[in-house]
Amino acid sequence: MPPTDLKTPATTRKSHRRSRLILRYVLLTLGAVIVLFPVYVAIVNSLLEPSQIAHQPPPLFPLHPQWNSYSRAWSQGSLGIYLRNSAIQTALIVTGQVATSVLAGFAFAFLAFPFKRTLFITFLATLMIPFEVTVTTNLSTITSLGWFNSYAGLAVPFLATGFGTFLMRQAFLQIPRDLREAAELDGYGRLAFLWRVAIPLARPAIAALAVFSFLSSWNQYLWPLLATGNDNSVRTVQIGLKQLLNTQLDQINVSLAGTVIAVVPLIVLLVIFQKQLVRGLTAGAVK
Amino acid sequence: MASVTFSGVTKRFDDVVAVNALDLEVADGELLVLLGPSGCGKTTALRMVAGLEEVTDGDLAIGDLRVNDLAPKDRDVAMVFQSYALYPHMTVQRNIEFPLKRQGVAAAERSSRVLEAATTLGLDELLERKPGQLSGGQRQRVALARAIVRAPRVFLMDEPLSNLDATLRVQTRSDIVAIQRRLGTTTIYVTHDQVEAMTMGHRIAVMRNGALEQVASPTDLYDRPATAFVASFLGSPGMNLLAATGFTGHDGTPGLRAAGAELPWPDGFSRQPSGDVTLGFRPEAASLGSEGLDARIILVERLGAETHLICSLADGERVVVRQRDRQSSHQISDHVRIRIDTDQIHLFDAESGLRLGEGT
Repeated sequence: MPPTDLKTPATTRKSHRRSRLILRYVLLTLGAVIVLFPVYVAIVNSLLEPSQIAHQPPPLFPLHPQWNSYSRAWSQGSLGIYLRNSAIQTALIVTGQVATSVLAGFAFAFLAFPFKRTLFITFLATLMIPFEVTVTTNLSTITSLGWFNSYAGLAVPFLATGFGTFLMRQAFLQIPRDLREAAELDGYGRLAFLWRVAIPLARPAIAALAVFSFLSSWNQYLWPLLATGNDNSVRTVQIGLKQLLNTQLDQINVSLAGTVIAVVPLIVLLVIFQKQLVRGLTAGAVK
Repeated sequence: MASVTFSGVTKRFDDVVAVNALDLEVADGELLVLLGPSGCGKTTALRMVAGLEEVTDGDLAIGDLRVNDLAPKDRDVAMVFQSYALYPHMTVQRNIEFPLKRQGVAAAERSSRVLEAATTLGLDELLERKPGQLSGGQRQRVALARAIVRAPRVFLMDEPLSNLDATLRVQTRSDIVAIQRRLGTTTIYVTHDQVEAMTMGHRIAVMRNGALEQVASPTDLYDRPATAFVASFLGSPGMNLLAATGFTGHDGTPGLRAAGAELPWPDGFSRQPSGDVTLGFRPEAASLGSEGLDARIILVERLGAETHLICSLADGERVVVRQRDRQSSHQISDHVRIRIDTDQIHLFDAESGLRLGEGT
């Protein structure tokens, strides 16, 4: 009898799984291309002559890259100063947000106190208020405190967040009560427990919070624009970029080079914290 | 080391009374088992000793010191949790030395004490592992090591074996007993498993609905249960309990009528004026014979060394008969007669469930 060519159920299943995998990769690749294409175009355009950028269709590869647009952006746009200011503002905000969120999240997760639920809901409610609603009040507050055009004015309104508190509370709630009690019997008080047990266990969530907080403060535009004066003593890089664009209207490649420079710290951060970020986002989703 | 004394200790959660006026003394060096069904208040009693629950009423003392208002860390007690409660981010070594660090024990002494505790429990090869890399039994032993390394005045154990498989449970049970006997540390051990209680405790305190039913040595508890509840809770299977009525025969001798059969009034129990009593006998005090209670076998459990015959009496009540005979030929639906050894009968008040007084 000639050998039959029939596929066994096992091989059919295997080929199904394979084709699903291929489809998944195709879709992911497509998504990645759509997301990355504008970034690629920005990088390419930053290396072209302004006349080439205006050309239709614009070239997708710089045959004669103009590296000097980067040095011009750096010097003409005072990007060094702006980057420094952004770094200081971001460091203040990230540190503040992580510290306040960890402490508040710990209180909501582990301590018993009057009106805990009401207070927590109030914290959550702040997530529904757009920043634009509070911007005028915040501005007049920091001005009357004498913090206009200072790092304090840039950072203080952002030192505590409802989102961070919520994230940390959820992370701490994952820690079994028995651990808290075991530590208590081992002689560790609340803060010692927080420092030695809770924080190490909540590290992925803390890293995720730090990254989110970094991203949002680094990318701030409206607040630094309003809260700083025209000298660039504390102005941040996003505003610096806008000014670069205004002063170099005919040099769009220089502005784009500045943008690429401003993005580099974010890329570095994302590469370093990628794993933590994904873990933090999905932490607690499945028990 | 120290004794632990409950004097009228009560714990209320809002309207619920979890522990009700508990009077109990755990002697210095004793292993006392708190035994009872879930929700009986045994874990709450243990947690009050640890300081993890506040005492609502009454006095709780460790040694001569009243500890009602003392923080857990100042009580010098170590607890082993049902969930082990190991710190997942620390190695076995660091888990065990965690309490010592807080006490300010010098590094050199710390590592020698950790090594000693680890060796006692056979963990010396695993010191660099993290809890996630250990089996359930190993984790349990780390939890024990963390408790013994402190040399506390009292050990508190909250169902420490309930997450282990049957074989490991028997092994760890004897390990705990051996360690406790060697160290002589006062220990309160909470369990709902009466086999654990019988095999481990110097004494057993049986609790029910927040109150103490009886505290006695395992054999006393088995041989002379103070209440019908203790009688039915202890033993595997527990004591058979039947409604019975006392009567006086024509010749004036007292007797007992249960499930349609008549028995002589057992020696050692005072007569009840009302006549209604609960008759108790252990499965091994019953045997099949030519006379006795009429019954039908509804289930035969062959355990190897012995056989349990679960029988239904005429009025529907269930009685278990334990047979040493492994070749028992009885089958489901067989009609049999159950003979009760009158020397091994227990009588309880039908209303209160209390054991009838001794005497005639």
